Order: sequence, then structure tokens, then C-alpha cells
Amino acid sequence: MNNRNAKIRSILVPVLSVVLGLAIGAIIMAAFGFNPVVGYQSMLNASLGNQRSIGETLRQATPLILTALGFSIANSAGFFNIGLSGQALCGWVASVSFALIFPDLPKIILLPLCVILGALAGALAAAIPGVLRAYFGTSEVIVTIMMNYIVLYLSTFILQDAMPESFRSSLDSSNRITENASLSMESLSRFFGGSRVNAGLFIALVGLVVVWFIMKKTTLGYEIRAVGLNPNASEYAGMSSKRSIILSMVLSGTFAGLGGVVEGLGTYQNFFVQTESLTIGFDGLAVSLLGAGSSIGILLAALLFSVLQIGGLGMQTGAGVPFEIVNVVIALIIFFVAISYIMRVLLAKVMPDKRQKEVIQNLESSSGGQDEKGGDL
Amino acid sequence: MSTIGLISLILTSALVYSTPLILTALGGTFSERSGVVNVGLEGIMVMGAFSGIVFNLENAGRFGGWTPWLGIAVGGLVGMLFSLLHATATVSFRADHIISGTVVNLMAPALGVFLIKVWYGKGQTDNIDSNLGYFSFPALENIPVIGDIFFKNTFLPAYLAIGIAIIAWYVISKTRFGLRLRSVGEHPQAADTLGVNVYLFRYSGVLLSGLLGGMGGAIFAQSISGNFSAGTIVGQGYISLAAMIFGKWNPLGAMGAAIFFGFAQSLSIIGAQLPVISSIPPVLLQIAPYLLTIIVLVLFLGRSSAPQASGKNYVKSK
Repeated sequence: MNNRNAKIRSILVPVLSVVLGLAIGAIIMAAFGFNPVVGYQSMLNASLGNQRSIGETLRQATPLILTALGFSIANSAGFFNIGLSGQALCGWVASVSFALIFPDLPKIILLPLCVILGALAGALAAAIPGVLRAYFGTSEVIVTIMMNYIVLYLSTFILQDAMPESFRSSLDSSNRITENASLSMESLSRFFGGSRVNAGLFIALVGLVVVWFIMKKTTLGYEIRAVGLNPNASEYAGMSSKRSIILSMVLSGTFAGLGGVVEGLGTYQNFFVQTESLTIGFDGLAVSLLGAGSSIGILLAALLFSVLQIGGLGMQTGAGVPFEIVNVVIALIIFFVAISYIMRVLLAKVMPDKRQKEVIQNLESSSGGQDEKGGDL
Repeated sequence: MSTIGLISLILTSALVYSTPLILTALGGTFSERSGVVNVGLEGIMVMGAFSGIVFNLENAGRFGGWTPWLGIAVGGLVGMLFSLLHATATVSFRADHIISGTVVNLMAPALGVFLIKVWYGKGQTDNIDSNLGYFSFPALENIPVIGDIFFKNTFLPAYLAIGIAIIAWYVISKTRFGLRLRSVGEHPQAADTLGVNVYLFRYSGVLLSGLLGGMGGAIFAQSISGNFSAGTIVGQGYISLAAMIFGKWNPLGAMGAAIFFGFAQSLSIIGAQLPVISSIPPVLLQIAPYLLTIIVLVLFLGRSSAPQASGKNYVKSK
């Protein structure tokens, strides 16, 4: 009984967070003279209204699933990988660069090579903070934040100065990759009314299964989770926490890198100058937090976020509400997830029964269990 | 360019870029000394920049030369209000500090640009007319050499920021308030036992970080960018966080590190006018502050420098 209650509550918290986020979004809209009903209607219409918009929503969810998986792996080991943006950007630049250098290799060789290279680039970018954390105790939060900016400026440098001029169509963007490196699938795209949805979607879906398998069914996953729960105990049990730290970051970066790959080889088919860190990084983090790190949760949260984002664009044209309201709503949702402690207490008070009193007492006397997650700053 | 002119150019532009970093890093120091990690400094600066620019645009006709200074005050107040979100989440509602700070960073640019679009019908504001220009100290500017370098056509807010850093050092290390603030950051249980209100001091720490970070953002927007858009603040908040760590959670250290980072940032802007520096690829100057942060973290800092209870929520037991 208690167990079932706990389960219901752990589903109720994210659901309530979403509802509250949308509700406050509606209040903000109303406060500035927009009609929230019309706003949300045009949001749904633009994201799910026809085949093409459904395709675009799936396309938008693809990189979010991958970066969210990346975040969740590091998070299981107790690390806050805030460098998903930079790792994804590494994947994007590496895969597109390789495709531009060898445009004529047969597809069966070129495409897998581009994908693998992009994943490796992401893994490498995440390995640096992992190694520094394992051997020097350096905060991965600070290092990954700094890496985001280093990668951002380097990517512009690579495009504008390091690449041969013949690889660029303008100072700000590279040539399109050839069909041989592209993830686009004509049949899929045609089914979804000509949207840019591409084979990256399958990479993301396979990724969901693979991560579930690694984390729940393999020794590696067990060790990563054990280090996350208690590094000292797992060290005592003979696991190398250094190895688990580095491996979890490498795996995390691999998936973040793939997130960038599907943007480069799938959605945009080229690389262009980025003025700020890739939003799929921070959105992936948010998706993972909302999805509570589980595969099914991440899938649903990624779909919800892409409905918001693709729908947000339609809301701007359809109802005149500035697109940014969507990001305010997303931030609010994560805010409510972050203060889940108080939400659980309130929930228990709203639906009281004998056991709920215990739950409240438990919550009030424990310190939430999340305290150590941020690492040392 | 004469040598003195060159030195003056380098110093002044370094000061312009340092000022927002100094204030924001001091803000971070107050927050972390009280035990609350604040990666939301970036978002707080965004809100400061946003409100400073909007105030400036709306009131330039009314207050004339005082407008940007009032804009700094407004930016500070709005930053403080915004930081209440982080304070409530972390101190009262036991949220993870990094997640809450990330929410602040996600929220601020979205909210700012949303309001700009609603009010002005476009994604970025016009340029302000009344900005924080250069200032010459009367009398002092006539001192030979030193006057030319330090007091003529210089950036007044920088001297304000340095003054605030000295005050912050005094407050944190010499006053009762500072002692209590540090005690709740190091050992909240012990502080609580001695009757110090842990929650109150943590709220103060975070709100001070909002005030100073908001001022920093407003100064940046009113001196360097001149308008507000989603891309006005790109990483300055994170660099301030790094400066605080560089400075080992000491206000004067944080100030020194911020000046160094400001100098590094200004080099990528004025570098082309300087001998030697102009031959360094700009990308190296751009990534230098971030790279140096990582290197210094690895080489010089053990894990033990941060306040002991930093990032840990405190739950008062019954």
C-alpha cells in the first residue's frame, strides 16, 4: 500500500509540475493581454495538427532524447554534467567536418563513420572533466561550464579559420553534406508531410533501450549507480570509483555527442556559426530531470518539450504570443520538479491517511537525499 | 600611440570589462559563504541587464546623466527580487542548488526577451543614449603620468566596484554579520545551536548575490552592449563564478581574479590595436579565461577551499 502510494506520488510530482508550469504560463499570457486558451490551442495545432507538424515534433524530440540520456547517465553516478551543450556541439562539428572531407565515400561506410566520430568527439569532451574529477577532485560543474564556452568559440574558429575555404558556402555556414553522410530518409519524411524528421529518431529510440539495458542489466551500470549512491562504500566493495566516474562521463558525452550528430547529419545537413551554447544541452538536462532519469520518462518528457517548442513557434504566428513564453514554462516546470520536497509534503497533506503522516515525518526529518548531488563548488 | 596612452587604453578597457565581473563575483562570494551555491549568477546578470536597459530607455529624458547610475540601482533591485526564487527554492524548499540555479539561468533570458517583445514589439531593444561614459577625476587627472593612467577618461563604476569589494571584505571578515554568515556556511548545525538563524543568513547571502549580480548585469549592459537581447550576457555570470573560486571565496581575491578575467576579455576586443597581442589568434584570447579557470582549478585548488556546508541544505531538527 505504502509502496503503491509512493509510486503514485513519484508520478504525480512531474505531472503536477507540468500542470502548474502551464497554468502559470497561462496567467502570464493573460496578464499581458493574450488569450491563453487561444495560445495553447494554436500551440497544440502547430505541433500536432497535421502529419507534417507531428513529424517536426518528433524531429525536435530526437536530440532531446539523446542529450537527456547523456545527462541521466552522469547523474546516476552523482555528477551534474552541465556540459551537454559543448559535447553535443563537438559531435555536430566532428560529424559534419568528416562528411565534408570525404564526401564521396559510399554511404554504407561514410554515414556510420560520421556518426561514430561524432559520438567519440562528444565522449572525448566529457572525458576531460571526468578525468579531472577522478584524479584531481575538480568540480565537474565548473569544468563542463567552462568547456561549453571553449567548444563554442573553437567551433566558430574551426569553421571560419581552420576549414579550407572551399568547405564553406559563406563565412557563417559550411556547405551541405552529401547524401552519403545524410541521416534524412525520404520515405519517413514523405510520410510526415515533408518534415525534417530523419533516421536520427531511430538512433534515439535505440539509445533509450541501450541505456536502460546498460544501467539496469550490466555490471557497469550497477557500478555507476553504486558510485552515485555511495562512493566510499563502492570503493570498499572493490569497485574502482575513478573508473566509474570516467566511464559514466564518457558514456554521458557519447549520447550528448549523438544529440549533436542528429542535428548536423539529420536536421540541418551542415554546420553554421553558433552565437550561444546549444539549447539542446540545457533542454536535455531539463528533459532528464522531468523524466526522472528513466527511459520511458525521458521519452515522454522529450515529446512534451518538443510539443511546447514546435507549438511555441506556431503560438507566436497564430496567437501573437512571443515564443519565449515556452522557455519560461519549461523553466517553471523544472522549478517545480526541483522543489518536489514541498510538493510531496503538500500532496501528503491534501490526501491524508494514516500512512501519509509517516511520509510527512520522513520527509521533514530527512534532508532530501539530493544534497550531495551538486558536487563541490 | 604613446606608451602612456597605450597603458591607459589597456587599463581602462580592462576596468570596463572587469567591473561587472567584480560585482557579480562578490555576490557569488556572499551566497557561497552562507552555504548556497549560486550557478544562477548568469541569469541574475541577465535580469540586471534587462531592467537596467529598460529603465534607461524609459527615463533617459527625465534623469539625464544620472540615468545609467539609477539604472544600476534598478538592476540591483530587480536582481535581488529575482534571486528570491533561488533563495526560496534552496533554503526553504530544499531544492538541489545546481538545479535551482540552472532554472534561474533558463528563466531569465526567456522572461527578459518575452517582456521586450511584449513592450517593444521586437526581439531586442534600441540602443540607449545615456550610457556609462568615461569620467575624469577633477584635480587628480592633472597629476603627471599617474593622472593620465588612472584618473583621466577612466571608468568610474570600476572604482565603485573596487570600493564595494573592500567593504565586502571588511563585512565578511571583520563584522558580526560576516562571522555569522560564514558560520552558517561552514557548520550550520553549530551555528543553529548558538542561536544563529541559519535560514535568515542564507536568505541574506543569496539576496546580496542578487543585488550585486543585478548591478553587474546593469553595468555590463549600459557600458558594453548598449542594448538588451538574448545574447547580451554570454557567460559573464559563469566567469564571475570562476573568479569567485579563483579568489578562494575571499572578496579581495575574487576582485583580483575578476580584474584578471576582465583584462583577458578586453584583450580579445582591443587586442588588434596592441603590439604582440595582435599577432595572437583571437580565438585563443576568447577561450583564455575559460581555459585558465580549468587549469587553475586543477593545479592550485584542493577540494577543501569551499565553505564546508556549501551546496548542502540545512534541515532544522525538531
